[in-house]
Amino acid sequence: MKLLKKVIVKTIPVLTGYLVLGMGFGILMIKNGYGIGSVLAMSLFIYAGSMQYVGITLLTSGAGIFKTMLTTLMVNARHLFYGISMVEKYKGTGVYKPYLIFALTDETYSLVCNEEGGKSSKEYYLLTSFCNHFYWVAGSLIGAVLGNLITFDTRGIEFSMTALFLTVFVEQWLETKHHFPALSGLVSTVLCLFLFGKEHFLIPSMLLITVALLVNRRKYREKIEK
Amino acid sequence: MNFKLIAVMALVTAFLRFLPFLIWNDKRKTPKAIVYLGKVLPYAIMAMLVVYCLKDMSFTNSPFGIPEILASLGVIFIHLWKRNTLLSIVLGTAIYMILVQRF
Repeated sequence: MKLLKKVIVKTIPVLTGYLVLGMGFGILMIKNGYGIGSVLAMSLFIYAGSMQYVGITLLTSGAGIFKTMLTTLMVNARHLFYGISMVEKYKGTGVYKPYLIFALTDETYSLVCNEEGGKSSKEYYLLTSFCNHFYWVAGSLIGAVLGNLITFDTRGIEFSMTALFLTVFVEQWLETKHHFPALSGLVSTVLCLFLFGKEHFLIPSMLLITVALLVNRRKYREKIEK
Repeated sequence: MNFKLIAVMALVTAFLRFLPFLIWNDKRKTPKAIVYLGKVLPYAIMAMLVVYCLKDMSFTNSPFGIPEILASLGVIFIHLWKRNTLLSIVLGTAIYMILVQRF
């Protein structure tokens, strides 16, 4: 299948990132006394890297249900934004839609957000989402089972995620002349990082970005809404 | 308690992902503001994610953000040069790993 080949090549950066991060998660879970069943359940059904890492702390500290709910809301709030920007694109994806929505992670978002949308892209969306999900579950299981056997120095390999996002950012920049959205994203996030600190800056950033984009909409109405 | 908490995390995460699609489903026409945001948010979000990935960078403690800055510049310039995603990521990550492991 030509499309599958294309997707596998495109998702290699996610493969390396998810293998490493997934293995790290699997190893940590086992070290904290949890079983492979829990590792599998979390990677299959939560499928959110940063949340799963935080989840380990919630589990080990015996957190209550309310605290777990609140923490999940805070950590994963940005997924609301992915959904908002994919509402139009995921229309027409039919029976794939629930899974596509469920599997919308940071990395999957970066690979689907620039596509055409609708029926013509639905196989691409599905294969990309599924491959990434598979890599994540596989990485978690490998970590849980084999983690202690890795000998070569993998320090820094998680930078592959940053590199992926940077590459997508550059591609997006080159494909448009309207740079206000990208710049507002940069400025808002850096500003909020300084104002609120690295634990709490994402939600203010998203709010600030939304306000900036909606205010800016009036100025560039003709350019965007062709 | 394990599986209860895992279920809570899974359900809340799924809720956050599904909410926009539940509100603006195929039956109801999506408001123009949301369609607009759908077009411009990807650019802003990608910028946000880049900053998010680099949030732990410290200019005051060793290694003073040097691996991140050099590797990031590497990714950007290699990509501007060859426009090959895989190449940019592999070389950029290699630069970062070498800098972080050697210094």
